[in-house]
Amino acid sequence: MSEIPGDLKFLKSHEWARAEDDGLVRVGISDHAQGQLGDLVYVELPEIGSAVKAGTGAAVVESVKAASDIYSPVSGEVVEVNELLNDKPETINEDAYGEGWIFLVRPSDRAELDELLGASEYEELVENDDH
Amino acid sequence: MTEKTVLNATHRALGARMVDFGGWDMPINYGSQIEEHHAVRRDAGMFDVSHMTVIDLHGARTREFLRHLLANSVDKLKVTGKALYSCMLNEQGGVIDDLIVYFFDEAHFRLVVNASTREKDLAWIEQQAQTFGVEVKERPDFAMIAVQGPSARAKVLGLLHEVDRPRIEKLGKFAAAAAQGPHGMPLFVARTGYTGEDGFEIIVPNEHAVALWESLAAAGVAPAGLGARDTLRLEAGMNLYGQDMDETVSPWEANLGWTIALDEGRAFIGRAALEQQKAAGVPRVMVGLVLDDKGVLRHGQKVLTANGDGEILSGSFAPTLNKAVAFARIPAGTAGDVHVDIRGREIPVRLVKYPFVRDGKPCEGI
Repeated sequence: MSEIPGDLKFLKSHEWARAEDDGLVRVGISDHAQGQLGDLVYVELPEIGSAVKAGTGAAVVESVKAASDIYSPVSGEVVEVNELLNDKPETINEDAYGEGWIFLVRPSDRAELDELLGASEYEELVENDDH
Repeated sequence: MTEKTVLNATHRALGARMVDFGGWDMPINYGSQIEEHHAVRRDAGMFDVSHMTVIDLHGARTREFLRHLLANSVDKLKVTGKALYSCMLNEQGGVIDDLIVYFFDEAHFRLVVNASTREKDLAWIEQQAQTFGVEVKERPDFAMIAVQGPSARAKVLGLLHEVDRPRIEKLGKFAAAAAQGPHGMPLFVARTGYTGEDGFEIIVPNEHAVALWESLAAAGVAPAGLGARDTLRLEAGMNLYGQDMDETVSPWEANLGWTIALDEGRAFIGRAALEQQKAAGVPRVMVGLVLDDKGVLRHGQKVLTANGDGEILSGSFAPTLNKAVAFARIPAGTAGDVHVDIRGREIPVRLVKYPFVRDGKPCEGI
């Protein structure tokens, strides 16, 4: 299991959010989540320009085993999606916190970021999950 | 209570992801499920299938009993060690379970049935056996390891006592024989499987299972989890009980007509219902689907045809094909253009004859 970067915030449902310097929020799923899902084979990306709402489904990842909704950690507008995942969904398995990001949001309410779990809180949640 | 096979600690030591599988704590994968799948298609992989139920039948009237119990005809079993795939039906022609029966001698046959159906199978078999004076004996003292793939047989042969090798090498498909494994351990080696590849399924006494597993690993056989086993059998066009058929489905509706032996004068359980259904016309058929677009076909998705709706039974991403395939049960007749409802979108799919993959290669038209 790779180290959880300290600048990430999390939903309990295992999505991460990273506030970028330009004010946008990058979203992906945790390394723990990709491990639980197993080999990813398909990612249904949101449409650029679509509106997303915090805590509701914005994308879908499918592993060999199951399909899983990806909730957006913040509300706003999708400004970019990770096209790489169309051909290489396994990038999420290989680098969940880096190259395996899923979409980028222009947040409408940055205060929503404060409601997310910090990296250490998330780590604790995951550890309890494993026992 | 979750049950554990004798290889449980071995799986955990290998870092397997364990899941509940029909009441058993089993490895779904050890790392990448897709790589385990490819290992079986390209070389050799092994599965712990000790959760499956081994039942020995003893008694002078065992063959007569099996003529009554099974929809396929045990009269096809004439030579010691020969095996047969069959459905066990209820009076309505619904499938109680699918199984393999092995012939030892007239007073001894062996059944291998599914893990998830163990209790109801045993109850049904015991109830039916009474009239025939057949003794039904479960064999929890056995473990079972399936070794599958193009190099599987060679790797197993290398571990057998040299006096046994030529005989086991000549074993035909769907035949089994006893042999001595590493350190002289007694094995029951069957040339059967559930992956569409050549290989063996080996029944071994519990106390030797770990040593056999380790010898196979040392011979270069890759551990593979039940996740890979599921995608392999789906590609190979093999049914999974509980998902592709159950007690509400007849073999005609599950593409298992080839296992029904309507031999003269044999009154097996469910025969009358099967004949009636065939005469009246079978209302539903099981078909293969291929999704050429991106996405994954899954159990329970709605299938839309010109004749009405059906549903996906087994469906998954198929690693050998790099796209999704499925079995579906749809109304009989001309299906027309077929679509699958994936999260509210109607996605076109191709209706195909399966198996999807045979001997490591995509079948024609897939």
